[in-house]
Amino acid sequence: MAMVEAAPGQPRISNPRGLPLQSAFRTNPADNFTGYRSFKAGSFEFTRDEYFAHIRWPNGQHTMPVDAFLRALMRDVAWGFFYGTVNFDGVFGTTNYYGEVEMFAGAMNESFKAAKRDYIERFKSDQLMRIFKEMIGDWTNQGYDPFAAPMETGVPWGTKNGDNDPAVTRQRVTAKRMVGLPGDTPRRTDANGFPVNRMFADVPQDEPEVEVEPGFEHEVSAFNLFAYLSRSDVTWNPSVCSVVRESLFCPTSEEFILPVEHGNDRCEWFLQLSDELIWKIRDGSTGRDTATIVCRAGDICCMPSDIRHTGYSTKRSMLLVWENGSPRIPDLIREGKAPTVAVQF
Amino acid sequence: MTQYTTEFGALANYRKGGVMPITDEPRRFVFSNIFEVAAKSRPWERVVVGKNFEYTIEVSRTEGTSPWYTAAHDEFVLCMDGAVEVHLIKLDDPDAHVDPESEGAHVIDATMPEGRKMGRIRLRRGHMAMLPVGAAYRLVNDAAPGVVIYQSILGPVSVEKWAEICQH
Ligand SMILES: [Fe+2]
Repeated sequence: MAMVEAAPGQPRISNPRGLPLQSAFRTNPADNFTGYRSFKAGSFEFTRDEYFAHIRWPNGQHTMPVDAFLRALMRDVAWGFFYGTVNFDGVFGTTNYYGEVEMFAGAMNESFKAAKRDYIERFKSDQLMRIFKEMIGDWTNQGYDPFAAPMETGVPWGTKNGDNDPAVTRQRVTAKRMVGLPGDTPRRTDANGFPVNRMFADVPQDEPEVEVEPGFEHEVSAFNLFAYLSRSDVTWNPSVCSVVRESLFCPTSEEFILPVEHGNDRCEWFLQLSDELIWKIRDGSTGRDTATIVCRAGDICCMPSDIRHTGYSTKRSMLLVWENGSPRIPDLIREGKAPTVAVQF
Repeated sequence: MTQYTTEFGALANYRKGGVMPITDEPRRFVFSNIFEVAAKSRPWERVVVGKNFEYTIEVSRTEGTSPWYTAAHDEFVLCMDGAVEVHLIKLDDPDAHVDPESEGAHVIDATMPEGRKMGRIRLRRGHMAMLPVGAAYRLVNDAAPGVVIYQSILGPVSVEKWAEICQH
């Protein structure tokens, strides 16, 4: 396996396909008719029109409804390419190598691969991120929020009509130790712009009673996580709330469809905190359907590292996504030193 | 406007889902339900329901007073049912109770560990508290049994009984 040598002191960046880095990027002027810019990263070209995002590469092209494309692109941007593979759909996506990233068409699709029509290019993460951010900014119209559930926002269709930068430049919340600690991520309140979501109007907003002896104000701390989640203004956007070394509790609120098929490069746990979420499980490399999982409040399960998952939640629900952020894991799994399942029994 | 009801689970009231396989095997998804696990375990038993390398999610039924615990790293507790009080003491000599290189929660065999009182927290459903490194903590619930989960690391008090709790 070819590996890119990183600078001394930097963690090594894996490059299992041994791909060279692409460095050509271009942002084209707005189209006279649609008003949207088009973008080029390496050999991939991106254009949008009233209904669709079109992706072209040297030996193929792909079309996605622009609502689905923008919701997926928004997650990929907000998550910094996230863990492992973010499939926008069954054809197009990115795979994170933490510093570098692969963009692909058909690389996780059985049919493309069998016909040898899969196409992959590799980029410096910050360079591809810059063009993705420009794209989400330009292609998002006024009144449309790609983070929101469809019933809570406007429509993305039509020719260029304003923008929604406050929505598409939201920062992902990452607590350093725990939400609510002095100097850490603050709780959400009406006053700081996070009203209770309409589907969580019945969630109690009481805070825990904390009696602190003088001098321990930085250590004796608690907060109402369910109230915090009831006030989330985004869907399908795991944010770090508490940290034990590399163990990250990333709870999130979910409504409608997880906008990507996530093919994690490590095991990923889900503890359903409220209501019901249905997971669709597909094989990570082929995309074949392999299982359906129904999770209700109190159910906990783990996604193996060789699958991809997407999810459906009608009533907005609270989900605890639990990640292990260790940078060693993807290589351990690739080298066969760690299992694809979290627990064998 | 539509009235929505948020469904949280409870020891006495949960609706478990499950894995419906097409070609995959249910056991690979390590599926269990924390309320069911808590209902079938001893009070304060710390049953591992999630494990990712050394890291754990552990579930306990809260009933009466727990032992005193300490760990060489932060832990967190989230109340999932009922109410529970958390007592915190700054240990005079944490290394005497737990090797600073060790992982997971350790029981302190004392009715009251030596140290300064840090404070007390009363948690209800959905409330999360930090169990900071260097502290001893215990949980107290004299009302109807409830459920907590811990964010921790596999250690001497972690109980693994996967075949008993998971769908397979
Ligand atoms: Fe995921």
